[in-house]
Amino acid sequence: MTKDKQHIILKTENLAIGYKSKDSNNVVASNINIELEQGKLVGLIGANGIGKSTLLKTLTKVQNPLQGDVYLNNQDISKYSALELAKVLSLVLTEPIASKNLSVFELVALGRQPYTNWIGNLSKHDIAIVNNALEQTNISELKQKKCFELSDGQLQKVMISRALAQDTDLIILDEPTTHLDMYHKAYILKLLQRLAKDTGKTILFSSHEIDLAIQLCDTLIVMTETEVVSDEPCNLISKGTFNALFPEDLISFDKITGRFKVNK
Amino acid sequence: MAFIALIVLVLLCFFINISLGSLSIPNKAIFNILLGNNENISWHHIIIDYRLPKAVTAIIVGSGLGVSGLMMQTLFRNPLAGPFVLGITSGASLGVAIITMGASILGGTLLGILASKWSIVIAATFGSFLVLLVVLIVSTRVRDSMAILIIGLMFGSISTAVVNVLSYFSSAEELQQYFFWGFGSLGNLSWNEVFILFLIYAIGLLFSLTSVKTLNTLLLGENYAISLGLNIKKSRFIIIIATSLLAGTITAFTGPIAFIGLAIPHITRQVFNTSNHKILLPAVFLSGAIVMLICDSISQLPNSDYTLPINAITSLVGAPVVIWLLVRKRKMVF
Repeated sequence: MTKDKQHIILKTENLAIGYKSKDSNNVVASNINIELEQGKLVGLIGANGIGKSTLLKTLTKVQNPLQGDVYLNNQDISKYSALELAKVLSLVLTEPIASKNLSVFELVALGRQPYTNWIGNLSKHDIAIVNNALEQTNISELKQKKCFELSDGQLQKVMISRALAQDTDLIILDEPTTHLDMYHKAYILKLLQRLAKDTGKTILFSSHEIDLAIQLCDTLIVMTETEVVSDEPCNLISKGTFNALFPEDLISFDKITGRFKVNK
Repeated sequence: MAFIALIVLVLLCFFINISLGSLSIPNKAIFNILLGNNENISWHHIIIDYRLPKAVTAIIVGSGLGVSGLMMQTLFRNPLAGPFVLGITSGASLGVAIITMGASILGGTLLGILASKWSIVIAATFGSFLVLLVVLIVSTRVRDSMAILIIGLMFGSISTAVVNVLSYFSSAEELQQYFFWGFGSLGNLSWNEVFILFLIYAIGLLFSLTSVKTLNTLLLGENYAISLGLNIKKSRFIIIIATSLLAGTITAFTGPIAFIGLAIPHITRQVFNTSNHKILLPAVFLSGAIVMLICDSISQLPNSDYTLPINAITSLVGAPVVIWLLVRKRKMVF
């Protein structure tokens, strides 16, 4: 008996990412072949400047690939219209929202924009989805608060809730744990793990919290100087992939504890 | 509820505005005239052909500038933005400056023919739409809205510089004519002109109405808005068109009315304590009309022969209100 192959939400084929300049292409990473399955929590880790953001921008169609293709639900993302894409892919970005005078409910309800009519009226169905998204992220009691009254941790939950309300197969978060204390870092990632399991959505996030990511993710995408590997965390540990993550002069990966240690 | 109160206030201010003027006319007579009954002929003439079009113009100007200011503040995520950040007034001023002051430099005797009211309206329209055209072309090329803001400011500087050069070479009468336009005036419009103004204003309002959802999405910031399926360039295009139709035409007909476009959105946000444009847009519309009617009533200096420049009054009345609201609430709602 082989395990049923889960539905593949996102797939890249021979993807090369980077920036086009006048006479040459500045390739950040190439030969990227990853597959994200439905209902999985996937972490994207790598050193600063290795190209995590460029990869996320390419996967979310903010930036075009230099080579290769990105498939979302078996369709090339370059063929999606902006509105179609908004119904299968939602984002949580690092940038602060423009107006913090919105109430939590209003902000989460903005996630319904791709589905609402020309003036943005919420149907009963929309309101039910928004309330559900608030419950799933445990922020129902914050509903009427204004966003400027919230802590960073609460605001991050609100942004995740907004992405849930957008009701997409894939949610991509760019460093969702920055600015948070240790407890809230764990809280947010644990929340993402539960959401992936409960809602069957695929959740991809970039992070520097390697310890937490190893413990919580179903799959990890590791970007190193030479390659982009995607596998289950324990396989990556036994393959020794994490050692290639950083220069070895300062820190090294301990296979037994699954943590990085400062060299003495 | 609040909206009903605002609508009642608009009607009240509308009536007060009509009832006040250099000549005191009894309220009963005004009612009779408005209802179409016969009254004193000269009173009838003052009310129907002067005060009524002026009050209607005040409503158009206040609501139109308020709404376009609101759209600019949201689009540029900048509380200092107003309807004129795109360089619309600068363009209009330049057009008027060329007509009033440039004629003697360029052609000599053309001035008398050129500087009629319609030619000023046309010059202002032409100037503002020329600037707008450039801004629109730019807006389809750049990704960041901030670039548009800076470009608008640059146009402002350029046209101010050209106006300065022109005024340096102009006669005192020409200068005076230009400055009178700069004071702003609601009272010079005939019914024909009000009708044309209203037509373009209505189209501008229609565009703003279709932008309500877009404006709400933009509250998240442009990148989030794009991820929600918003076509940012198209939406920006529509918002800029709406603003130019409203602010450009109003400026062409009444001169550059300062402050309303900047202040009304702030006052409304503070009072309604919301950023939702489904509430803000109609609220700004009504508050703009109210404030403009009040400012115009004050500038009439009732029962005197003098009329103060409307531009001075809007700032004198508006600025303290904004300051008071900000200090009282201690928190700027934006």
